[in-house]
Amino acid sequence: MAKAELMNYEQALEQFEVVIGLEVHVELNTNTKMFCGCKNEFGNEPNTNVCPICIALPGALPAVNKTAVESSIKIGLALGCEIAPTGRFARKNYFYPDLAKNFQTSQYDEPIAFEGALEVEVPSGAVHNVLIERAHMEEDAGKLTHIGGSTGRIQGAEYSLVDYNRAGVPLVEIVTKPIYGAGSEAPELAAAYVRSVREIVKGLGVSDARMERGNVRCDANVSLRKKGAEKLGTRTETKNVNSLRSIERAVRYEIQRQAHILANGGTIIQETRHWHEDKGATSAGRPKSDADDYRYFPEPDLVPVQPSRELIESLRATLPEKPADRRKRLAGEWGFSELEFRDVVNADLLDQLEETVAAGAKPQAARKWWMGELARIANESEEGAIPNITPAQVAELAKLIEDGKINDRLAREVLGYVLAGEGSPAEIVSARGLEVVSDDGALIAAIEAALATQPDVLDAIREGRMQAAGQVIGAVMKAMAGSADAARVRELLIEMANK
Amino acid sequence: MTDLIRKTASELAALISSGEVSSVEVTRAHLERSDAVDAAVHSYLYQSPEASLIAAAEADRARAAGEVSSPLAGVPIAVKDNLATIDAPTTSGSKILQGWQPPYDATVVKKLRAAGMPILGKTNLDEFAMGSSTEFSAFGPSKNPWDLTRIPGGSGGGSSSVVASFQAPLAIGSDTGGSIRFPGAVTGTVGTKPTYGAVSRYGLVALASSLDQIGPVARNVLDAAMLQDVIAGHDPHDSTSLPESLGSMTAAAKKLDVKGMRFGVIKQLAGDGFQPGVAARFRESLNLLAAAGAEIVEVDCPSFEYAIAAYYLILPAEASSNLAKFDSVRFGMRVEPGEKATIERVMAATREVGFGPEVKRRIILGTYALSSGSYDKFYGAALKVRTLIQRDFDAAFAKADILVSPTAPTTAFKFGDKIDDPLAMYLNDIATIPANLAGIPGISVPNGLAEEDGLPVGIQLLAPAREDARLYQAGAWLEKAHEEIWGKRMIDFAPELEVN
Repeated sequence: MAKAELMNYEQALEQFEVVIGLEVHVELNTNTKMFCGCKNEFGNEPNTNVCPICIALPGALPAVNKTAVESSIKIGLALGCEIAPTGRFARKNYFYPDLAKNFQTSQYDEPIAFEGALEVEVPSGAVHNVLIERAHMEEDAGKLTHIGGSTGRIQGAEYSLVDYNRAGVPLVEIVTKPIYGAGSEAPELAAAYVRSVREIVKGLGVSDARMERGNVRCDANVSLRKKGAEKLGTRTETKNVNSLRSIERAVRYEIQRQAHILANGGTIIQETRHWHEDKGATSAGRPKSDADDYRYFPEPDLVPVQPSRELIESLRATLPEKPADRRKRLAGEWGFSELEFRDVVNADLLDQLEETVAAGAKPQAARKWWMGELARIANESEEGAIPNITPAQVAELAKLIEDGKINDRLAREVLGYVLAGEGSPAEIVSARGLEVVSDDGALIAAIEAALATQPDVLDAIREGRMQAAGQVIGAVMKAMAGSADAARVRELLIEMANK
Repeated sequence: MTDLIRKTASELAALISSGEVSSVEVTRAHLERSDAVDAAVHSYLYQSPEASLIAAAEADRARAAGEVSSPLAGVPIAVKDNLATIDAPTTSGSKILQGWQPPYDATVVKKLRAAGMPILGKTNLDEFAMGSSTEFSAFGPSKNPWDLTRIPGGSGGGSSSVVASFQAPLAIGSDTGGSIRFPGAVTGTVGTKPTYGAVSRYGLVALASSLDQIGPVARNVLDAAMLQDVIAGHDPHDSTSLPESLGSMTAAAKKLDVKGMRFGVIKQLAGDGFQPGVAARFRESLNLLAAAGAEIVEVDCPSFEYAIAAYYLILPAEASSNLAKFDSVRFGMRVEPGEKATIERVMAATREVGFGPEVKRRIILGTYALSSGSYDKFYGAALKVRTLIQRDFDAAFAKADILVSPTAPTTAFKFGDKIDDPLAMYLNDIATIPANLAGIPGISVPNGLAEEDGLPVGIQLLAPAREDARLYQAGAWLEKAHEEIWGKRMIDFAPELEVN
């Protein structure tokens, strides 16, 4: 795949206005699938969570999962949408081997939720009001694995395997209206919007919201128009961009790619595009036009979903705090600077911090660990994911430091053992005998040993040259393999000098 | 044995229940009848002699143990081959499903088993129930026991002929535009299309989901009523199935009273243009009803003129989507077109070979009707007609308790007469289609023999949705009136089949 020519980003934004539109698919975490009683579970043996309904055997009929409907209503309400008093399902007809019925049961002109809005804060601190067009219910397709061929795609594959465990898993598709005016922040806004949606569905408890498992997937539409032009430009739809960072990069890439084409008199082809994380580029998928004919018609096998006013209001009463409100509250409670707080938000670590503080850690200590050592380890790891540690363990680690049981250096060592699965920080400290030595006898012996090679130090301290103490402290730490309580060593030294 | 097979289901149930005969004897008698005549009639696509005898033995054991599973316990039955059966292939009359054995039972089949009714086999039909003659069955047509050169009606010609040829006392059919009622009319049997949603469609290979309804096929009205009582009821697996019970059809069939009932004659289906013998018998029945104290009124249903046009857009549209699953990936036939067998080519080749001409015609029609640019003109317009037809019925039922018409314009036609003329074939269903579009119940009851050809004629009764009981009440009365006039049951006029 040849990388397309790109226009410099700043230059592109000088010439063009960026319009984006985002479609987010949220996989619901219901116990069973959308239209049958099969388990909705990730990671099982292929084709074990299947039945006549989700593999579309002749004669099978769908029946709507009530919990999925309620989850969809909750999502709609949390996005400030109206909830339709009656909504029909529709069939979206197209042939594809991952789609057992060769139509997807979805909603077309009667979505369950419509006309909402979501306030989204971007890293600069600006807040955008993203208008939501609709949120509708549908079912997921199965999973295809293409064997043979070089591309991993169906074209050129020798054969393909289909796993229908995912077929019929309930999805909610959330579609924004076109988003104008984000300017150079369009890529960040796209990522921040998806993060907000993810926070909302996670907060609602209706989805596991794990992007790496495809619980939340984003299709990003991007188009450019000459500054001042009225007519919208031709858009591309970059499919299944599955991490926040990729969303930002993919949108930025499309802006630069399209700008280069348009500035050189070319035209944008309306098509789906695929994002390649490794290459940092999109490639052309299948041409897509408004003439794509899915032959939608009302699903005759299902009666319309008609949630009562009472049900809607009772679901509204269960909604958790809005993410924006939560952020305001936490910023106040934690007392971080604006920059510190924004960094936490942008690192997507609010949940971890909140849980760590709830487990007893001081907010700054929690921030220090998650944004510091743990972020570093995450960045170095292959998946770029947060390491395998719970907020409660981080809080325990912070508490051990606060209580003077271990120092920072020991804490990092303990952390390594936690990540290696040796147990909780307290267990590791006691099992490995890692507690700092604050026993004066042992410390004094080590200090005296150090002073024997540096006899001038005590004089220097008496003269007020405190930096001289550092040499002795360093030697003591070295002699005691880092387990000395440095603060106590310093105190003892001063006492000895003043005797 | 001959004695047993000519009995009605209610008579057989009584004999089995009292212990005078066993279910095994009754089942064996019907199996032997099939051995003798089905080579000529070809009602069955598949027979289950062993399974049905095992089920019959179990019914006998249950009876002896004092367990009562249903009023039809021990009475054997045949099932149309578009209902999923876990122990028998289910082809829906199509090559594309040849040899496919479902891993599950349709809800109706489960109910039959729970009712202690041995399943004798699977009956023939036009491919995917598309047709009026069984000539579109991929496995050859069934014959009309009254005249083996004539069609037994369709799509459920296997179920009508199996009952009319005394191979089974009862059968299950499915009716999308008349597939139970038309075969009933041309074979001198009774067939009911219940209210849409009265019987679960779970496990019925779908033709057009919003029109399909499973119903009973029998030799008399009481038997049909008893069978409807066994198969009806809410099913959580079919979200379109009605939550409420419609009451006892059996009780309604035993009332034998039409006094004071208002019968509406549909102006558009009053017999004009119908075969003279069909129209004549229809008028005679109206006179019988009037003489018995029923009120005869005329009702106007102007939108019926567009019913066939609307039906042949809605049905193909839904069918084109319902049949998309036949793609060779998970079940059924797979045709590999040599080298470069991409998934598209395998799907296309399979569907090319696996589907017959009428199925292809309707898939193409339906795909076109749903296409953008055509949707409003065709599918959308048809939905509007459907609403108008429902309104015509609402207005008509304000004036009448039951609507009546001949079931079909003609008696059974000869094989080949309409096979090359789809429009002529479609017009057969002119009287039966409106009920499917409106979701209301309808029954076809034997209405004498046509003067000119001596073949059976049917009368159709229609009632408002959920009022199926009215059909059985009036139908049973008409049946009795005819038996008194003709001196015996209509089915007993059928010529003896040559026995192998």
